[in-house]
Amino acid sequence: MGPHHPSTHGVFRMDVKLDGETVVDLQPVFGYLHRNHEKLAEDMSYLASMPFTDRLDYFNSMSNNWAYALAAEKLVEIEIPERAEYLRVIMAELTRLVNHVSLVGFFINDLGALGTPLLYAFREREKILDLFEQASGARMMCNYFRFGGLRNDVPEGWLDRAREVVDRFPDFLDEYEKLLCENEIILSRTQGVGCLSRDLAISAGITGPMLRASGVNYDIRKVDKYGIYDRFQFRVPYSDGDVGDCYDRFRVRMLEMRESIGILKQALDGIGDGPVLGDAPKVFKPKPAEVYGRVEAPKGELGFYLIADGTPKPYRYRVRPPSLINLTVLRDMCLGQKVADAVIILGSIDIVLGEVDR
Amino acid sequence: MSELSHEPVLQPFPDAEWDEAAGAIIAPLGQALALAEWLRDDDAFLLDYCSNVTGVDYLEREVKEKVTKEDGAVETVTRTEPSRMDVVYHLYSMQKQTGPLVLKQRTNREKPEVESLTPVWRSCELQEREVFDLFGVNFMGHPDQRRILMWDEFEGHPMRKDYTEPFDYEWEPTPHDEILDKHQRGKVIV
Repeated sequence: MGPHHPSTHGVFRMDVKLDGETVVDLQPVFGYLHRNHEKLAEDMSYLASMPFTDRLDYFNSMSNNWAYALAAEKLVEIEIPERAEYLRVIMAELTRLVNHVSLVGFFINDLGALGTPLLYAFREREKILDLFEQASGARMMCNYFRFGGLRNDVPEGWLDRAREVVDRFPDFLDEYEKLLCENEIILSRTQGVGCLSRDLAISAGITGPMLRASGVNYDIRKVDKYGIYDRFQFRVPYSDGDVGDCYDRFRVRMLEMRESIGILKQALDGIGDGPVLGDAPKVFKPKPAEVYGRVEAPKGELGFYLIADGTPKPYRYRVRPPSLINLTVLRDMCLGQKVADAVIILGSIDIVLGEVDR
Repeated sequence: MSELSHEPVLQPFPDAEWDEAAGAIIAPLGQALALAEWLRDDDAFLLDYCSNVTGVDYLEREVKEKVTKEDGAVETVTRTEPSRMDVVYHLYSMQKQTGPLVLKQRTNREKPEVESLTPVWRSCELQEREVFDLFGVNFMGHPDQRRILMWDEFEGHPMRKDYTEPFDYEWEPTPHDEILDKHQRGKVIV
């Protein structure tokens, strides 16, 4: 199946062995989008890799930028101004909304409701992408974060426009939930499909909403408390059972969107004035050290492992891709299911090939 | 998140080294699998989540160090650091919400071989395949070691520091040096 297939979410191939309609064996094949990002970064300065991080998970460029900025800021001592921290959180949570809403749209698309919920979701996504364009100049490849803060401040009236979007979002979520969450077809096609037990999820290194749907309360925003996340009150939705099927993942993402809106409201209330870029050194030449910085990207744990050797270029630059590692259990979840279910399971894992292949 | 101390590891595994500069435990040869199982099962650590597995390639290089001699004079000493290949594991505990603990396996560059930790943490499966594909490290005991990002017939290990790209007719019509050498040996990938 694939690599060119409307349901494979990018150039992704699944070699599926079937017995009638039941999946007997499944091997994922990828690498079609491998752009040797890690080797390129060894030849470029630290800041020059920032636009490349946008292209890793191309739906959530702000989160990727933040993960890289976090890792690089651990190598040098930079103080990040308050306003920049608040704006970072606002951008990250808006990205989470964008990702979850598009994912739910694509997921329903895979189930067969061709287009309608997806375009409703995209209608909301467009509003948030407009906000990103006003702030950073680009809809998707924002390249907005810098070491020590952000590239530029948001324009006049941006915060009010953001507040408008955030205030209207719950109505859209209510509409979505009313249409989808009690829909018979969705319930019968996603419950019991693609079950992932708790122990397998932890051992396989699954992170993000997929892990929380399997019953583990692990959110890096609460564990590491990076940025200023410890100032916000928010809950982490996770499943209390051990089933971890597609329906659980769908519901966790819907609930996470509501929590994100709560965080956004608190951040928009609390943001103050000030500079957005701290005193970064002119030439970013950190002392020899090794760091691993990670964030809770909408897809899971996005981490950057940097080895600095005293030169302006990193010695080793490694991206820990959540999409790739979440694919470890694809085969386990799909065995014994039907072909059509394999498509839904892949949709619920939420992969982006830019991240899987780098 | 709290940083973990490496001291308790040295009691059951006295051969393990602690690399201060990198903040990592270097697994003793042949005991990496046992050490990994112990880290996962011991009550003090319970490191049940292996977050990141990657390889790092070090060619032979000269390192300049400042050494203070007995009479107080500071001298710059050059020594040759031998080449090696590292496989780095970042370990966290989801139960105790602690971490990270960095574990490294060291091997040589000529014939790199380490123990696969996939039996301990399933998340190593795809990541070790990537290290095999891009660095050429052989993981003993890996259930399915084959190329993951490059295509199956590809030759060479691209992330190594001494990797030269294959020859491409359209871009470089007159090969020379290593590329000509590779071309003449019939190992052209266009």
